[in-house]
Amino acid sequence: MAEYNKLIFEIGRPGRVAYSLPESDVDSVDLEEKLPKHLIRDEEVNLPEVSELELMRHYVALSKKNFGVEDGFYPLGSCTMKYNPKINEDVASLPGFTRIHPYQPEETVQGALELIYNLQEELAVIGGMDAVTLQPAAGAQGEWTGLMIVKQYFEERGEDKRTKVLVPDSAHGTNPASAAVAGFDVVTVPSNDQGLVDLEELKKAVGDDTAAFMLTNPNTLGLFEKEIKEIAEVVHEAGGLLYYDGANANAILGKTTPGLMGFDIVHFNLHKTFSTPHGGGGPGAGPVGVKEFLIPYLPVPRVEKDGDKFVLNSDHPSSIGRVKGFYGNFLILVRAYTYIRTMGTEGLNEVSDAAVLHANYLRKKLEPYFESPYDNCMHEFVLSGSRQKKLGVRTVDMAKRLLDHGFHPPTVYFPLIVDECMMIEPTDTESKETLDAFAEAMIQIAKEVEENPEVVLEAPHNTIVGRLDEVQAARKPIVRYQKPENE
Amino acid sequence: MANLLFSKEHEWVLQLEDNKVRVGISDYAQDQLGDIVFVELVEEGTEVEKDESLGTVESVKSASEIYSPVSGTVVAVNEDLEDEPEKVNEEPYEGGWMVEIELSNPEELKELLDEDAYKAFIEEGGE
Amino acid sequence: MTNTYRYLPDTEQDRKEMLDFLNLSSTEELFKVIPEELRLKDGLNIPAADPEPVLMKKMQKLASRNINADQYPIFLGAGIYDHYIPSVVKHVISRQEFYTAYTPYQPEISQGELQAIFEFQTMVCELTGMDVANSSMYDGPTSLAEAASLAVASKRRKKVLVSKAVHPEARAILDTVARGQEYGVEEVDLATDITDLEKLKKQIDKDTAAVIVQYPNFFGSIEDLAEIRKIADEHGAMMIVSSNPLALAVLQAPGKLGADIVVGDMQPLGIPMAFGGPSCGYFATTKKLMRKMPGRIVGETVDENGKRGFVLTLQAREQHIRREKATSNICSNQALNALASAVCMSALGKHGIRKMALQNIEKADYAAKALQNKGFAVLNTAPFFNEFVVELSRPVKEVNERLLKEGIIGGYDLGRDYGLENHMLVAVTEQRTKEEIDRFVEALEVAVNG
Repeated sequence: MAEYNKLIFEIGRPGRVAYSLPESDVDSVDLEEKLPKHLIRDEEVNLPEVSELELMRHYVALSKKNFGVEDGFYPLGSCTMKYNPKINEDVASLPGFTRIHPYQPEETVQGALELIYNLQEELAVIGGMDAVTLQPAAGAQGEWTGLMIVKQYFEERGEDKRTKVLVPDSAHGTNPASAAVAGFDVVTVPSNDQGLVDLEELKKAVGDDTAAFMLTNPNTLGLFEKEIKEIAEVVHEAGGLLYYDGANANAILGKTTPGLMGFDIVHFNLHKTFSTPHGGGGPGAGPVGVKEFLIPYLPVPRVEKDGDKFVLNSDHPSSIGRVKGFYGNFLILVRAYTYIRTMGTEGLNEVSDAAVLHANYLRKKLEPYFESPYDNCMHEFVLSGSRQKKLGVRTVDMAKRLLDHGFHPPTVYFPLIVDECMMIEPTDTESKETLDAFAEAMIQIAKEVEENPEVVLEAPHNTIVGRLDEVQAARKPIVRYQKPENE
Repeated sequence: MANLLFSKEHEWVLQLEDNKVRVGISDYAQDQLGDIVFVELVEEGTEVEKDESLGTVESVKSASEIYSPVSGTVVAVNEDLEDEPEKVNEEPYEGGWMVEIELSNPEELKELLDEDAYKAFIEEGGE
Repeated sequence: MTNTYRYLPDTEQDRKEMLDFLNLSSTEELFKVIPEELRLKDGLNIPAADPEPVLMKKMQKLASRNINADQYPIFLGAGIYDHYIPSVVKHVISRQEFYTAYTPYQPEISQGELQAIFEFQTMVCELTGMDVANSSMYDGPTSLAEAASLAVASKRRKKVLVSKAVHPEARAILDTVARGQEYGVEEVDLATDITDLEKLKKQIDKDTAAVIVQYPNFFGSIEDLAEIRKIADEHGAMMIVSSNPLALAVLQAPGKLGADIVVGDMQPLGIPMAFGGPSCGYFATTKKLMRKMPGRIVGETVDENGKRGFVLTLQAREQHIRREKATSNICSNQALNALASAVCMSALGKHGIRKMALQNIEKADYAAKALQNKGFAVLNTAPFFNEFVVELSRPVKEVNERLLKEGIIGGYDLGRDYGLENHMLVAVTEQRTKEEIDRFVEALEVAVNG
């Protein structure tokens, strides 16, 4: 079969349609009479003209050029690419959830508000926090929300000089970026040779200008910060707050909570830990939980319970205000709630058992073949391609070679502190057979690097396109289709 | 090349007149950065202090500040780089120049390295 | 146990084999690294799991406690609208290849997503008349705030002016964002239903990075962007336009009227109301500002054999590279909803989108006239798209309670954000039939007078 390689603008014919609207049952309006001429559109909108079947064929063809979790193993570290359950999708498509308007009277959306309220309560338990907002649309927005809470808290206390946010050098890029857009100066704290926060360096970095320390635990190297109690003490003694980036919460469900560890603020990524789909880049959701003393600062409106009624309350004068339109990514919340209800207490506990067992198993299988900078892990682990680099093959090449085996590669070149880094997160939903098959492919690639590096350097060999010229794309950007002039 | 001076931040400086220099990034720097896809420079007329930013060079996966090796006023900007950032890779010391600066403190030139000293600095693994 | 947890594949045997390989006797040992005093002793105190059929029933019951727009005709808009969504949309976005994938970091196996987003970017450029668009933002309001931050950073000026006719929630979010980034936000008053241009002229100065307006604005009225552009030009300020993309099928493209940045929400095109989210923000700008635009951008390129392909491009702008120097912290976006919107726009096509937009104008026009015939005053002085303001002689809340009893969801209470007591913002989309509009008008009359 010939490969399909057309844009939707390159198919169809003038006059074809893929919609059906009733004819208007009211009087027509003369635009020229209604609007001044210069505000009337003077050029057609160049949208496609295709039949419904053409449209479906186009998008189905595109979908076949895309790799999803149901196509195969997707061990993208720090992203928790677990299975996205089908019941979540079914529940999220109920008209009682999709066909409601955010400004309907409260009494007509009690089901939606109850769901939000219950999810807030359950995430508070999972986070060891006292209250949760579901407004933030994504992890990064959750971070920024959390940091705005920190900012407001210190402003109200008259501690304006707390202008610094500390992040470990292994932190995800959104941590420093979120701190910067919340108006903080960023201080990077180096890790020690075990990949953990260097407590001595942290002590040197904190002071009366510290607003918060942002930490992921397990951290981005997949290691549990076992000195977390001491870390919390150092930060709190300096008068700062401790922020938990929930990207790696899949490792700790039912085992411990950020609250127990001493964190004051938490964000979760519902699209990681709580199985909501990643959508090709989103939408996700990044709820934020706080300890009691920070509740007044949470964004408004808050969903609260008044007797047996659920209400939206914006009457919180110390609130940081709004962070997102309406009440957050509601249908994502519906999915996450469905997942938590599917798993319950014991199920979530088993999720972390499986996630951590799988990562440890895979790590041990691969350890003999790759540089393994740290000797334990939680739900994910890092390997370095430094051994292979000496033979002229880089991590990017091995990642591309994995495509030939039908696997999505791990996260590569992150965290920045590990040379030629590969960050592997197998998740809880993968079977032992899958882990074994992936290990086998990795081992084979390691052998190829030694015996036949060309085959790795030239990978991928059987994808629909080869390696793409990213330099040209960035030097001479083409970010939209232009109809050829002669048509 | 003989007349070039270098900073430890890998910028080169060519003295055009007593009071005026041309600045770019070294061959070593462009090689470390890889294919440069975009160069953003300060506007003409900007006053810069030594070690302040003159702009940013971007590769596909990095963005690096260019730190001014001298203090003064930017009197010319290489506008060709807007459309042809690859010149920084291809001819870092010629077509890939970035700005010209009228010096406010010519004494600063004495703090820069000559070519041999710069080579030695790189060999020591200087960053 | 695994019978209970259908997403977890490990059998006792699997677990034993993996633990044996690790020389461990139980998974518990894997968690020894967590200090004992930090361990949860009794597990998480949340309700127990529900089997699939039980859970489905519970969730259906919860959903049924909401009144949805299939049950009652709805005259609410104010940023979220009830529009026709072609059936194809749901079928395309339900393909697991699209919805389960993540950001297309590996272009060789993500060409479908990348191309679909490239097409989306093209459609947004077409509608807005701008040179470039990104792959999406969280929603319209956050996109507007990002536009303001970009203007402030790019102009190196310290304040923005925002019209009070911009959505109140968008202004609230802008306030929060501006407090973080430490720039000023000044609001420009209204001349009834549109931005007061005389006041704008007085407030704008050399410190103003941008003027932000909405088109059509919160009251449905269509602002004269050409006039606003002139005022912005006198002080070298940018013009940021927040726009309903459906309206752009009939309104002049903001790009043609001199907008520097156009933002908005794609919800009217292919995205359900869903209690307000997730929707999908869009962000479009000029070539000049392209490299400062937030968010992911897909670009066309070629592979080593010269074959066309697509990649994430201009990544050096983004947080994962610039970290604390990034101008935006956005990482994930709303890709799946951008896809939904692209599918909807493809289905509607160039004629369908115009037809749909015109029907919105016609039905709102019909409803407004019908209300005027009953003696109601319509506040709008400027032409409006699919929304308008009607004055009632009673609090909107009371009127809406009465409408609800008649099986109608009434409009938005403008007392809430504008102090316009007894004023209702009414939205009439192509979804409302003449019969429903007539019933609404009658019911409103009874509700106010009865």
